[in-house]
Amino acid sequence: MAGAVRQVEDLHLLNLTKKFADVAAVDDLTLTIPAGSFFALLGASGCGKTTTLRRVAGLEDPTAGAIKIGARDITDLRAFQRPVNTVFQSYALFPHLDIFENVAFGLRRRGIKDVKTPVNQMLELVELSAMARRKPTQLSGGQQQRVAVARALINEPDVLLLDEPLGALDLKLRRQMQIELKRIQHEVGTTFVHVTHDQEEAMTMADTVAIMNAGRIEQMGNPAAIYELPKTVFVANFLGQSNLITGTAQGRTGDDILVSAHGRTYVVPAARSTAGGDSMIVGVRPEKMTVLDAVDGHRAPDAHNKVLGRVTDVSYAGVSTQYQVRTPWDQELTVFEQNVIVGDRCSVGDEVLLHWSPEHTFGLDGVQDVHAGASPELVDLEAAASALESRGA
Amino acid sequence: MRFIRRNLLAVVAILVLIYLFIPIAVVAILSFNKPSGKFNISWTQFSTDAWTNLCGVPGVCSSFVTSIQIGIIATIVATALGTMIAFALVRYRFRGRSTTNLLIFLPMATPEVVLGSSLLALFLNLRFPLGQWTVVIAHIMFIISFVVVTVKARLQGLDPRLEEAARDLYANPRSTFRYVTLPLVAPGIAGAALLGFSLSFDDFIISYFNAGTLVTFPIFIWGAAQRGIPVQVNALATLVFVIALLIVLGSQVVNYRRRRKLVST
Repeated sequence: MAGAVRQVEDLHLLNLTKKFADVAAVDDLTLTIPAGSFFALLGASGCGKTTTLRRVAGLEDPTAGAIKIGARDITDLRAFQRPVNTVFQSYALFPHLDIFENVAFGLRRRGIKDVKTPVNQMLELVELSAMARRKPTQLSGGQQQRVAVARALINEPDVLLLDEPLGALDLKLRRQMQIELKRIQHEVGTTFVHVTHDQEEAMTMADTVAIMNAGRIEQMGNPAAIYELPKTVFVANFLGQSNLITGTAQGRTGDDILVSAHGRTYVVPAARSTAGGDSMIVGVRPEKMTVLDAVDGHRAPDAHNKVLGRVTDVSYAGVSTQYQVRTPWDQELTVFEQNVIVGDRCSVGDEVLLHWSPEHTFGLDGVQDVHAGASPELVDLEAAASALESRGA
Repeated sequence: MRFIRRNLLAVVAILVLIYLFIPIAVVAILSFNKPSGKFNISWTQFSTDAWTNLCGVPGVCSSFVTSIQIGIIATIVATALGTMIAFALVRYRFRGRSTTNLLIFLPMATPEVVLGSSLLALFLNLRFPLGQWTVVIAHIMFIISFVVVTVKARLQGLDPRLEEAARDLYANPRSTFRYVTLPLVAPGIAGAALLGFSLSFDDFIISYFNAGTLVTFPIFIWGAAQRGIPVQVNALATLVFVIALLIVLGSQVVNYRRRRKLVST
């Protein structure tokens, strides 16, 4: 099975809806997952990603919609009839069976007599041949995880579903397993659908990432493409960090939109904007910005977008330094600067000029909440800080 | 003084164990006695008469067999019914579920005298002939509660994801039950059955009310106690204890061996 080229087909989700007592956990979701891809459904907890996965597995009854693999409609098939297998979050290995029997379970239920060869092959693939006669509780977390993958993959499913499979592992092991899973996926060529709330995991592992929010897909595509050009505020904040400045569109020059905000004009390439009306949000990723001491401000290229501010925090983190810069209108911007500069860095209290190329700028529709998708601690911290300030004033 | 203070826990534990085992030891020792009078109370002479002639006293062995028969029938029926009730209570949401949960506890909470006498009144009113079957019915009734409680605890501790995983791995509902649910709940069911059997074998009050002319082992002992309990009763009681002990030791050894084997591989 390893190395063999198998015929795999696209997985289609059509108008999928799942309601729990009138609250839509999945809301009219339509999605095509390309055959043989490593697909990640990324979202915060409660965004409907696990529900979507359980719908595909057949473990959750549908409210509406259809699921197809290629041209085959599997919507009404029961879980045990679907050519789909799941790696559960807590692995759900059968505690009364040894590793061999756990892996052989699916084959035996389908009435396959000779399970020895495929099971041993599969255990080899996940490098657990020596553990065949152990019970799940005698294995480490990482080993249990690999058994769970082997137990699902041995059935050669059309789609392998992974529900936060690395959530229970510590950081180091998680990195290892990410590489391991990629290798396995490469070897068997099955479509992997991976549900996770860990953006880094989704970006490093998946060919295609779909970011889910409140039962809908916010944006889908190649991880780098999404990161470089987020289309909603939620995505801009949820996948990595973004500096978002609210402004008003003033018109166009050539292929660029001019946006005025807080007394300055910013250039946003029209092709990089998803804004509909005049109200716009100008966005830029923290590592795309350059910090200049305000007195050296003239050294910034004329064509660049610029913001003046005062440094409120500097944290040195080896490869990069993170600056917090407060703008005259009291917004905190974040800047990551690679530590390639020889000499003095800016320090707290310095007046600085931040500048970045219009090519790195993206435009978002201004009618959105600029905090959507930001990690809640950050929002809380900001709220707490402003509450403190107002009390002091 | 310092020794006691350091080993207080061990000392107390040993004292409690001695307290628990003294009655059993007395019964076992007296089974090798040759009493001088009717009452097997004081030690007179070592003898294996009771052991070599277990059924030497009329009624001892027949009552023993009766009790075992009743125990087996009652346990099988009560375990089957109780397991099904436990599954229904844990797995399904239905009207009257919480009421059922409450009612299941009633037989355990009701004094046995009340239970026994009420059942007798019921059987007499129905003109149901008293005997082995009335005792079996009575035992099933109170054992069920214990079975339900034991199996329910086991079922509630069962991760529902295991059954989902089975369904995901091509097991239809029947195979899921056969290969995943049942093996995982089996220890609970076995424990419930053992508990049920010992409760039935041991029961005197309810049996006494509903036995009619039937003589179970506890009823035999009760009757014999008036005239002096024969040494055979001690021997049989010791035998039951030893068998129970062997079963427990056996399962421990099997477990230990299995663990050793797993560690060495």
